[in-house]
Amino acid sequence: MTMMKKLLTSAVASALMVGGAQAEISDNVVKIGYLADMSGTYRDLAGPNGLTALEMAVKDFGGKVDGAKIEIVTADDRNSPDVASSTVRRWVENDKVDMVAGLVASSVTIAATKVLEEADKLGLVNGSAASSITNEYCTPNHIHYAYDTYALSIGTPTAIVKEGGKTWYILTADYAFGHAMEKDVTRVVEANGGEIIGSIRHPFPTPDFSSFILQAQASGADVIALANAGADTTNAITTAAEFGVTQSGQTIAGLVVFLSDVHALGTEVAQGLQLTTGWYWDMNDETRAWSDRFMEETGARPTMVHAGIYSSTLQYLNAIKATGSDDAQTVRKQMMDTPINDMFAKNGRIREDGRMVHDMYLAEVKTPEESTGEWDLYKIISTIPADEAFRPLAESDCKLVTGK
Amino acid sequence: MSQIDIQSDIQQTILKQQKIDSRRKWILNGVLLVLLLLAPFVMYPVFLMKILCFALFAVAFNLLFGFTGLLSFGHAAFLATGGYTTGYLLSNFSGLTTEMGVIAGTLMATVLGLGFALLSIRRQGIYFAMVTLALAQLVFFFFVQASFTGGEDGMHGVPRGELFGLINLEDNLNLYYVVLTVFLGCYLLVQRIVSSPYGHVLKAIKQNEPRAISLGYKVDRYKILAFVMSAALAGLAGSMKSVVFELASLNDAHWHMSGEVILMTLIGGMGTLLGPVLGATLVVNIEYQLGQGPLRDWVDPILGGIFVITVLAFRSGIVGEVQKFVRKNMG
Repeated sequence: MTMMKKLLTSAVASALMVGGAQAEISDNVVKIGYLADMSGTYRDLAGPNGLTALEMAVKDFGGKVDGAKIEIVTADDRNSPDVASSTVRRWVENDKVDMVAGLVASSVTIAATKVLEEADKLGLVNGSAASSITNEYCTPNHIHYAYDTYALSIGTPTAIVKEGGKTWYILTADYAFGHAMEKDVTRVVEANGGEIIGSIRHPFPTPDFSSFILQAQASGADVIALANAGADTTNAITTAAEFGVTQSGQTIAGLVVFLSDVHALGTEVAQGLQLTTGWYWDMNDETRAWSDRFMEETGARPTMVHAGIYSSTLQYLNAIKATGSDDAQTVRKQMMDTPINDMFAKNGRIREDGRMVHDMYLAEVKTPEESTGEWDLYKIISTIPADEAFRPLAESDCKLVTGK
Repeated sequence: MSQIDIQSDIQQTILKQQKIDSRRKWILNGVLLVLLLLAPFVMYPVFLMKILCFALFAVAFNLLFGFTGLLSFGHAAFLATGGYTTGYLLSNFSGLTTEMGVIAGTLMATVLGLGFALLSIRRQGIYFAMVTLALAQLVFFFFVQASFTGGEDGMHGVPRGELFGLINLEDNLNLYYVVLTVFLGCYLLVQRIVSSPYGHVLKAIKQNEPRAISLGYKVDRYKILAFVMSAALAGLAGSMKSVVFELASLNDAHWHMSGEVILMTLIGGMGTLLGPVLGATLVVNIEYQLGQGPLRDWVDPILGGIFVITVLAFRSGIVGEVQKFVRKNMG
């Protein structure tokens, strides 16, 4: 009897496997849609250069999978979830797009992934920061690849407290995003034996940070953490430089800072700033080789988002090649089963909630004397291991993890 | 020829002219209606619905700006209030049918509109614009802070549901015709309002407020009513938008949106009925088509350029200029 059962199950299993192998690439084209902010605030961190990274991945892969052509369509999301929702809907319903890459503003990403879930297509999120994308907004149809706010707001404080930055002052953008990061930072600092000696909330957005920075400076804290993003962060850093915060011995910890931001600020202003990054172009020969090629095409060094777009697209295409199918679930499963070892990440893996976990790095912005060139901006201080960097599954609210 | 003869002659010519005008209008409207009914078979329905929602928003704005002469720089607040209210109710109370959510959103925007109007109506020109902008910013900050809106992430997964519990709105075509019906209803309503005696008083206020006051009209009341109706229609546009896209976001509350609706109205032709509709169609299309093409980095400068050219060269907008041309050459 048990024998029969075993035989039957294996027969069913092999039948299923044959079924899986028969799956093929729909309409013999793999179509990738690149949706990102091409003209607004987030242009530099993803934008047109992200499209170049995507094109490089397709070109390096050979432009074809199993004889099926790889095509790219692109659109500017204008940072509007309406535009994202209607564009992605049109892509998947009319234009037969199989995968959407880029995805920057969190509202855009959540809107796009909802549509992708309905249509059962795949999204590879690289630009977005919000960790809610693989938490309360997780879907079986997307993967969050390069980094998230959890990793950023956990990594920097942990590393700094361990290195002796015991007292903290937090500057928080006064809305949900800032509040969430403030909470994360407080928790991590206290868990590691540090102390929060004060915090202040500033309106979002704020052009003039003088009064906030002066209060932070007067607090005498070892570290001033910036729980904000984008223009708020760069404005705060500029103001801090004007008041000589780093020169007077305090450390500034930026939570959401990109290479493009630091490049725009310059080492004179941003020197000494500590931040967490998922990747840096000048880490080893592999990253340098790819970045050189990227720079030839675009004239700029890649951010972690650009590198993530390249890496995730190659992973995606490899998964299609391995399974012979561009069906979203088949590809996602294959991607989850394959560890990621390339210039972007070593031993990276994709979890069931869609989070790609990999080592993160604590970096410090070089002083003008240390920096040897326009793009020689970071020195990597320490590595934050993958297991510590991202939200553990045990704390997850994702429906794919909790099963609710 | 006696004087009476001349007068009746003139009257007849005017009547004739009006007849020709109204016949032209009917033909034009008929053609447009047929186009709108057939459009979803040629174009993507969700995109068309987006145009209709923004067109309604622009029509609502134009009722205040084009016909009453009040430049509100805070209309995004009503769009967003309608959208968030409808989104919140439909997401959290599954017993509500879609139209109830939309009506509630519209009512909420109406109440907010009344509040705005009472606070701002005594000022004119730039001061009025600034007061409405300031109030709209307050509303924006409320939506940023309030937990039910999802802040920057936006409010997602608003169910489209069923109209009257009968018609399934998940189907794009069904929803399109519902949105089209609502839009046409509102368009006709605005047409009726501006051609009514009340509408003529609004125009009188726009042309010369002191004269309207000296004629004995309680100008403030007329303006408040116009403001509230405009806010209600803007709220309705926002409510429908949140149903169409199944989301509501901060973009709708941002002052950019208040600016965009001014752009739509000016390009199309303020103070005309079709102008804002055409303007909205153009702006949404430009944003979309250019966003896909090689000029995608240039969407904002191009829109800005069009705005400058419109203001400098043809102030009455596309529809306004066409009307002038037709009157001059084909009358």
